[in-house]
Amino acid sequence: MAMLSFERKYRIRGGTLIGGDLFDFWVGPFYVGFFGVTTLFFSVLGTALILYGAALGPTWNIWQINIAPPDLKYGLALAPLKEGGLWQIITFCAVGAFVSWALREVEICRKLGIGYHVPFAFSVAILAYVTLVVVRPLLMGAWGHGFPYGILSHLDWVSNTGYQYLHFHYNPAHMLAVSFFFTTTFALSLHGSLILSSTNPGKGEVVKTPEHEDTFFRDTIGYSIGTLGIHRLGLFLALSAGFWSAVCIVISGPFWTRGWPEWWGWWLNLPVWR
Amino acid sequence: MKTFFTVLGASIAFFLTVAMFGTAGWDRPPLAVHQNGFRGTAMEQVHTREGVAEAMAANAAPAPADPAEPGEELAGTAYENVQVLKNVSVNEFNRLMVSMTEWVSPEQGCTYCHNTENMADDSLYQKKVARRMLQMTQHINSTWKDNHVGGSGVTCYTCHRGQPVPAHVWFTEPGPNRPGGFVARNNGQNMASPSAGLSSLPYDTLTAYLADKSIDNNAIRVNATTALPTTKGKPIQDAEKTFALMIHMSEGLGVNCTFCHNTRAVSDWSQSTPQRVTAWHGIRMVRDINGNYLEPLLSTFPPNRLGALGDVPKVNCTTCHNGQSKPLNGAHVVEAYPELAKSTETASAAPPAVPATPPTPAPAPQ
Repeated sequence: MAMLSFERKYRIRGGTLIGGDLFDFWVGPFYVGFFGVTTLFFSVLGTALILYGAALGPTWNIWQINIAPPDLKYGLALAPLKEGGLWQIITFCAVGAFVSWALREVEICRKLGIGYHVPFAFSVAILAYVTLVVVRPLLMGAWGHGFPYGILSHLDWVSNTGYQYLHFHYNPAHMLAVSFFFTTTFALSLHGSLILSSTNPGKGEVVKTPEHEDTFFRDTIGYSIGTLGIHRLGLFLALSAGFWSAVCIVISGPFWTRGWPEWWGWWLNLPVWR
Repeated sequence: MKTFFTVLGASIAFFLTVAMFGTAGWDRPPLAVHQNGFRGTAMEQVHTREGVAEAMAANAAPAPADPAEPGEELAGTAYENVQVLKNVSVNEFNRLMVSMTEWVSPEQGCTYCHNTENMADDSLYQKKVARRMLQMTQHINSTWKDNHVGGSGVTCYTCHRGQPVPAHVWFTEPGPNRPGGFVARNNGQNMASPSAGLSSLPYDTLTAYLADKSIDNNAIRVNATTALPTTKGKPIQDAEKTFALMIHMSEGLGVNCTFCHNTRAVSDWSQSTPQRVTAWHGIRMVRDINGNYLEPLLSTFPPNRLGALGDVPKVNCTTCHNGQSKPLNGAHVVEAYPELAKSTETASAAPPAVPATPPTPAPAPQ
């Protein structure tokens, strides 16, 4: 891959978090860095262990490969390799790889002198994953509460975990998370279509300016959030979706063990209409 | 004006937040989770350790009465008007009467059922109900032993818990009293009914599925059996009724859906747990009890014991289970009362002498 002509001037040494000049170089288009090396180490090891786990299992059907967490009886201890220990090491590798990747993003931000918005956004996704496989299992007292690694098996886990609380749609944080997921796609579709509409004018017409975009939404709904604002809103909506997803699962079990419909008893018991 | 509404809105939000955090009844670790499926399937029963201990304490089985002195004389010959327990010895009969008083009417005493001037008198409705309930208990402990109650069996205390009317009986839900107006119908839902776990699901699902012995055995089944529809399936309202019934069963037993089902395929028996078989028979047992033992008491009960629609009090899963998968911590309560284990109305069915063993405590849940 060739480097763009102007790209070289942004390739600045320094700004690393640890290790000084160690690994502070590029391979082709990719910045390496200390955390690039750790990312590579954890992801290669983790992927190899997933393949090993799949080889131990009964099937090579990509949908059915399943690397399950340990039985609850092992609690927060290490389990035998073939009885969930693999899951534990793979989880460690996954967290290591994700966090390394986020820190590599931080280093690149520092080199460029830009804000940390991208690693921050990625951190929210990592938070959701870590909540599922580390925080919630710790709170519930066993690694076995993590979800299994497999395409269909993790969906089965989601189904059963939802039904542990009888009707998961009554989980208030799940409601917020779902609403934010829908809203973020809605906002992206509005924004994407608006940009495409103004940059694809009719034949013989010129590309339109942000003033046209603002006017379209002012005419439609009386308000335009603006060219910068829509990106702030998009980031807020997307991160909120991930954040409330993490909340909705961490409260299910550690802080609420009954059916979620029952949780709404506090609303039915408000002194206003009790 | 703007300031006013800002302050008002902020105050409402603040008080709702306080109410939500303060009165929702949140749980907290440490938890006591019991795994009942392959690892990683999330088939597990989630409780707090504190909640398990409280439930164990609240559901302790009472100690059985001291064994009766052996005796040859039968209650049916010694006393007048003994119909159900006539082939039980007098000593055992009296022991059971004392136990029944402790189980059902500890405060009211013998006079809750009996005219103490003449113990054989049937003038009190309670006595006639109690007689039918004895037959019911014997029926449950014999006919439903293999498929549902097992070695634990039931006594009066399993449901009554020291109260003349068990805490968890139910009546047909009359629904909102709206003879007309804009919202005359609610399609039997959206009432946040306790029997549906405060969900918006149909609130009278117990009448639909548990009230009578003649309910269609396929009524609860709503899952498709083919990947693509081949006929017009059941309406979604039926699925919601089934969901409401399953919520009732879960809450009655203090378990969640994964106690019986692997929810990736709830209808598939090969992926379900053995408990689902017990529960399936339990549904039939409840229909049997309601249809054959409680419904016929309609003319015996006084009006104040009937529901809003004039129906008899009926049983559901909660009546016995009271929030536990095994009622009374799984204690084998019937062992000390063999006369309750099968019918005693014919001489050949007379029970053996009472073994002097206390009820076997159930193994502590993990």
